Amino acid sequence: MNVVTNNKWIGQRTIRPDGVDKVTGRAAFAADTNMPGMIWGKVLRSPHPHARIKSIDTSKAEKLPGVKAVVTARDIVDFPIDKSVMLGIQDMRWMCRNVMAREKALFPGHPVAAVAATSEAIAAAACELIDVQYEVLPFVIEIDDAIKPDAPILHEFNKYDGKPSNIAGKLEVKKGDVAEGFKQAEVVIERTFTTRPVHQGYIEPHACLVSVAADGKTTIWSSSQGQFMVRAMTAYLTGLPQSDIRAIPAEIGGGFGGKTIVYLEPLATILSRKSGRPVKMVMTREEVMRATGPTSGSKCTVKIGARKDGTIVAAQGTFYLQAGALPGSPIRGAVGCSFSPYDIPHVLSVGFDVMSNRSKVAAYRAPGAPIGAFAVECVLDELAEALKMDPLDLRLKNAAKQGTKAAHGPVFPRIGYIETVEAAKNSDHYKTPLGKVSGKLRGRGVASGFWFNAGGESSAQVNITEDGNVVVTTGHPDIGGSRAAIANICAELLGIDYRRVSVLIGDTATIGFSNLTGGSRVLFASAIVVTQSTEKIITTLRERAAKIWEIDPEAVKWENGAAHPASPNAGEFPPLTLADLAAKAPAMGGPIGAGVQLNTEGAEGGFGTHVCDVEVDVDLGIVRVTRYTAVQDVGRAIHPSYVEGQIQGGVAQGIGWALNEEYIYNKQGKVDNPGFLDYRMPVCSDLPMLDCIMVEVPNPKHPQGVKGVGEVPLVPVMAAIANAVYDALGKRFYALPMSPPKVVERLEAPTQQAAE
Amino acid sequence: MSKVHVTTTINGEPMEFLCEPSDTMLDALRGPLGLTGSKEGCSSGDCGACSITLDDRLICSCLMLAVEAEGHRIGTIEGMAKGEHLHPLQQKFLEEAALQCGICTSGMLVASEALLKKNPDPSEEEVRFWLAGNLCRCTGYDKIVRAVMETAQDMRAQ
Amino acid sequence: MTELRYLAPNTLDEAVGAFAAAGSAARILAGGTDLLVQMRSGALKPGVIVDIKKIPEMTAIEQGADGGFRVGAAASGMALAEHRSFGKVWPGVLEAINLIGSKQVQGRASAGGNLCNGSPAGDSVPALVAAGAIVTVQGPNGRREIKVEDVPTAPGRTSLKPGEIMVSFTLPPRAAGSSDAYLRMIPRTEMDIAVVGVGVNLTLKDGVVTAARVGLGAVAPTVLLVQDAARALIGSKLDDAALAKAAAACSAACRPIDDKRGTIAYRTKVAGVLLRRTAAIAAQRAAQNK
Repeated sequence: MNVVTNNKWIGQRTIRPDGVDKVTGRAAFAADTNMPGMIWGKVLRSPHPHARIKSIDTSKAEKLPGVKAVVTARDIVDFPIDKSVMLGIQDMRWMCRNVMAREKALFPGHPVAAVAATSEAIAAAACELIDVQYEVLPFVIEIDDAIKPDAPILHEFNKYDGKPSNIAGKLEVKKGDVAEGFKQAEVVIERTFTTRPVHQGYIEPHACLVSVAADGKTTIWSSSQGQFMVRAMTAYLTGLPQSDIRAIPAEIGGGFGGKTIVYLEPLATILSRKSGRPVKMVMTREEVMRATGPTSGSKCTVKIGARKDGTIVAAQGTFYLQAGALPGSPIRGAVGCSFSPYDIPHVLSVGFDVMSNRSKVAAYRAPGAPIGAFAVECVLDELAEALKMDPLDLRLKNAAKQGTKAAHGPVFPRIGYIETVEAAKNSDHYKTPLGKVSGKLRGRGVASGFWFNAGGESSAQVNITEDGNVVVTTGHPDIGGSRAAIANICAELLGIDYRRVSVLIGDTATIGFSNLTGGSRVLFASAIVVTQSTEKIITTLRERAAKIWEIDPEAVKWENGAAHPASPNAGEFPPLTLADLAAKAPAMGGPIGAGVQLNTEGAEGGFGTHVCDVEVDVDLGIVRVTRYTAVQDVGRAIHPSYVEGQIQGGVAQGIGWALNEEYIYNKQGKVDNPGFLDYRMPVCSDLPMLDCIMVEVPNPKHPQGVKGVGEVPLVPVMAAIANAVYDALGKRFYALPMSPPKVVERLEAPTQQAAE
Repeated sequence: MSKVHVTTTINGEPMEFLCEPSDTMLDALRGPLGLTGSKEGCSSGDCGACSITLDDRLICSCLMLAVEAEGHRIGTIEGMAKGEHLHPLQQKFLEEAALQCGICTSGMLVASEALLKKNPDPSEEEVRFWLAGNLCRCTGYDKIVRAVMETAQDMRAQ
Repeated sequence: MTELRYLAPNTLDEAVGAFAAAGSAARILAGGTDLLVQMRSGALKPGVIVDIKKIPEMTAIEQGADGGFRVGAAASGMALAEHRSFGKVWPGVLEAINLIGSKQVQGRASAGGNLCNGSPAGDSVPALVAAGAIVTVQGPNGRREIKVEDVPTAPGRTSLKPGEIMVSFTLPPRAAGSSDAYLRMIPRTEMDIAVVGVGVNLTLKDGVVTAARVGLGAVAPTVLLVQDAARALIGSKLDDAALAKAAAACSAACRPIDDKRGTIAYRTKVAGVLLRRTAAIAAQRAAQNK
């Protein structure tokens, strides 16, 4: 495949097609849509972390004036435990139990019933009238407690080593013989790390509006990372055929993985079916924090051995990740990604999926990978110190490159990891001395990271309008500016101004199946189908011109938005523009358009290397990031601003994860900080400018060289910060977050020991 | 239940609406007034997505009762552009890619406009602390801060 | 669902009458930045809301001939910040009030609300305690005055009697060589509730502290006036020994809890750290106030 060079629009910072609507408040997010006759749905949630549901009496609620429908687990399609039904990476056995508790309530916030009424207030009042009889059971929150032999068991059916267990699964990847490898090591570092669950933190709460007509035809407006996922999961959980459901993707107010599953849509669909009215449901922030997926908390042990010259000979990782109350933590990301930046002959990487009475985890930006990278990249920092090597030189010496076989299987093609480390090393940031500031200690840290990236199903339809402009429809919700990049590509190929290309996200009835926005797939996949569609259109346009000129289509070339004779031999004809050919379309064979649907392949993994400076107020234990440079191999930056935006956003989330964000549980097993106030995501004044260095090593398997860019930037951040804090304080932090009380506690620990 | 009749001015236009006494201004804007540009992210004053002005002072519409609008002037994102002309901040946000998902954008713009009216030459630190009440989870704030600073510079030059 | 009535009287007498008549179901609405959050979360379902912002006295900011201030209990932080002289005279009080929430919140939130909320972590309270501010309240039995430090009695509780409305704060005239400062510890740079807050109000003559008041927040069930810390500072030149003694007094005064915002050990240590830092800022400002 030829990589396009010498571009007019690819690589330009064009204005996004959806931009004006978003800066004027007109863009329609899920909660912004209303319908005539619409009523409101509310969810009754379990107050208990673990309880058997003995009975649910909804009669009083049903009698409350204004109440139009009530839903309990009986109304949701059951997927029996003995048979797995997979939709992508989600098992419908767990999804049906997550949207509505069946046998047991498994975490505080777990839905047990839902009501639709003529106002939100009436629906909420009706929820209070539902009488649920619970048998309260012992609960378990933390990993160490959940894997104890006498731990309260969430699911008796779940067996590990033949016994009921909270361990839902194990995943192992292996390369070489790790025991042999460690025998060759002259320096071995082994450390154990913990991280806390963190929420994706999208500002828009989950919301949907669902209308089920009398004939069963169902329309869903919702905020999700995949309208086709919404359609399929809702169909599964309600029993409706997918063809009866039209899922319309509203503008989505952030997802970061957290909107790759449904919570409200099936409930609203059943409420609408029962009431005969359109039903709107909008979560409160507290509901989002209590009942939607954060990513896992973890406990990881990483051991790395090297020879004195810095050659890493063996690495071993054991990653325990919290799944929440139902199976499915992202152990694949932790197990598969953590060692991937390095060419290590002997690797053993093992992950355990551990359940406890927390809300079920959902995907979060490179799921699992940042957790593993935190452990591995901190151990590498210690290794570099033990070897008296620059930490970037240690990474360069062991860097994965073309031909390296990753522990999780693939042999890397041409990749850009080394380029990211070299760019970090040559950066102004890394070359500039830290300097000193009075009253505070400064430090610098580095770390790298890898994410698989995904391809998968994608559909596009490109149509030429009657006046010779272009409408592109794709099927992946645009969260971060993908429409702008698609416009750049289509304009480039057609040789027209990008403003003549409108890019829309189709609904499930108007565009072919497209996998959800996740895995950093969107631009990779949609660029392929848009490119192929546009190339088909160019072929049609050349054929039309050839017909008009009565010459061979091969003698027509497409350039600068018009058909031209390919050479003087073909004859002398004035160019036929897109507008000319569109105007002549009715007489020359009809409308011009093309669609392509593919399961795209060739998404290559992405690598990043970050440099971070911190300043620590030692007396208060406050760590502030003062300078940050993120280097990433982005393949090809189709729209550099939105690539930078992905990098900066990922870094900001990582800074929050490292320093303050965490789920705090009280003794009753409930989340104690279910709001923005005490969850403490970074605010504007917490952060410095976030510098990006985009290294472009084009993906050889992609027409424009695109690699996914959205997830990699979160992977190295926590380790880069922890390593910088070590550089500042001379003390290592093995637990996140490095919040002020914990920093002070750690700083004072030796003194206290000395005093004892 | 009896609703309360409120007479107010929104984006320079006289307006009337009915609301429950417990409704917030955000409820009224997004409900009877149909102005859904103001977003609800938290309902506790922690995210700033519902930022509006009340008599030219920046506030969270989720922390104001709708009945309090009686006789006062409200400004929302829908009133920021003048006809076909985007406010310089709106234009700069587009050019600088200072938005990704867009859910915080309305509030960010309303807050930024209030800042520049008060302080036409803010430092980076002043911009960052002024916007601390507007959460953005997509951008890391970098491009937003740049857009506000550059707009301030452009507006001063005019 | 209980019906909510909204009242916006134009006079204080009307407000007191309505508030007293409605009894425990009534709530005063000033900035509303706490009240509306509590209502929306379902924690509070008032039957009557008395909006006091239409009463001129409640939002007035007046400087008397003696230089002292009378600040309406419902005056917003932003209004105080915009006042031509308040911030010059009471920089610590102003910075404390304007650490409450975001710029959006500061456009509404008032010191009166912050104090009535009864939170030990309210930012304005330690600064007002340090300032020696007096509160005027009016109830069915007329007006009375209370020292700020005597208002909170327990988390969420105050010494206001049923039917009493907080009307205004009186801040004493500023002596030459005196100023104040407020610092709080929060994990982020903004938008958090104080983990520890310290207000210091100092008067210096020839480099020697002649008067001092120290308010300490978020480390006990109520905001504290730490007289031992003040005594340690008075008579000193803010030398290390005096500061260490005052810091130790602050730490000793702490009766904190472990919660999601901080630990007992952390709060106790930080109270001392912040005393030193706040006193240094107050002293620097006092030196400039000739």
